[in-house]
Amino acid sequence: MTFGVLQFPGSCDERDALAACERVAEARLVWHEETDLAGIDAVVVPGGFSYGDYLRAGAIARFSPAMEAVAAFAAGGGPVLGICNGFQVLCEAGLLPGALLPNEELRFLCRQVELGYEGTDSPWASELSDGDALSIPVKHMSGRYFAPDDVLDELESSGRVAFRYAEGQNPNGSARDIAGVTNESGNVLGLMPHPEHAVDPLTGSADGLKLFSSVASLLAAA
Amino acid sequence: MKARVLITPKEGILDPQGKAVERALPALGFEGVSNVRVGRLVELDTNDPDALPSLCEKLLANPLVEDFEVEVDEK
Repeated sequence: MTFGVLQFPGSCDERDALAACERVAEARLVWHEETDLAGIDAVVVPGGFSYGDYLRAGAIARFSPAMEAVAAFAAGGGPVLGICNGFQVLCEAGLLPGALLPNEELRFLCRQVELGYEGTDSPWASELSDGDALSIPVKHMSGRYFAPDDVLDELESSGRVAFRYAEGQNPNGSARDIAGVTNESGNVLGLMPHPEHAVDPLTGSADGLKLFSSVASLLAAA
Repeated sequence: MKARVLITPKEGILDPQGKAVERALPALGFEGVSNVRVGRLVELDTNDPDALPSLCEKLLANPLVEDFEVEVDEK
C-alpha cells in the first residue's frame, strides 16, 4: 500500500511523516497543487504552517486543490490522518468537528506528553486497544481543541474521542482534555500530538508508529 | 466600494490574548478596563458587497468560534 503525504507551502513535518510512513509501507509526497490521488491508499496531512497560517491556522490550506481531492477521498472512506496543522486544516475543511484555538497560555509548546487511547473504529488505530497509553510529543501554538458542549457530548457518546491527554498533562486548555477526534465513520482522524516524531526508541518513543502500521497492516490484509 | 470586516472571538470563548492585554493595563496605570477581547480587522475593496457575509462565513471568520460584522462604506 502507498501513503500520500500532503505538502503545502509552509509545511514542515512532511519529511518526518514520509519517513514514518516509509517504515511500514510505500509513501510519496503530494504537492498542494496535485488533484489526482490515484494509487494512494491513505493520506497524511502533516504539521507545519501551511500558507503561513495566515488568517487562522489551516484556513487557507483547506481551499488548496489537493485538499479538494482529499475531501473526496475521505468521503469515499479513504483513511486520512491530520497531524497538528493537518488537524487544523481538517477542522477548517469541515472533515472533522470543532476548531483549534490559540493555547490557553499563549506560548508555543514543545514537549513530550502522555496520551490515552479510547476505543474507536478508526483504521488508524487498529493496532491500539482501549486504554493504551502513548508517549508522543506536541509542538504547537494553537492546539486548544474547542467544540460546543453538545458536540463534545455527541463525540464522547459515539466513541469518536480517540485520544485524550493524560490526567494533569493537558498542555493547551483543550476541552475535556481532547487531543484527537475522528469523523463519524472513523476513517478521518485528527490529533495535535505528532506520532511521526515518535517512531524510533532512539528519540524517546516509538509509540507513534502504531498509527501508521495500523493502516498499513489493515490495508495489506484487505 | 470599501468595506471593513470586524472579527471577534464569540462570547464565552476564552480569549487569552484579550486576557493578557487586560492584565497588562493596570501596570500602565489604566484602571477599570475589563472584558478585553482581541479580534481582527480586514479592510477590502469589493464590487459585490452582498457577497461579503458568505465570504466571511467561508473564509474570513470561523463561525464556530468567531463573530463578524461587515461595514460597507457607501461613498
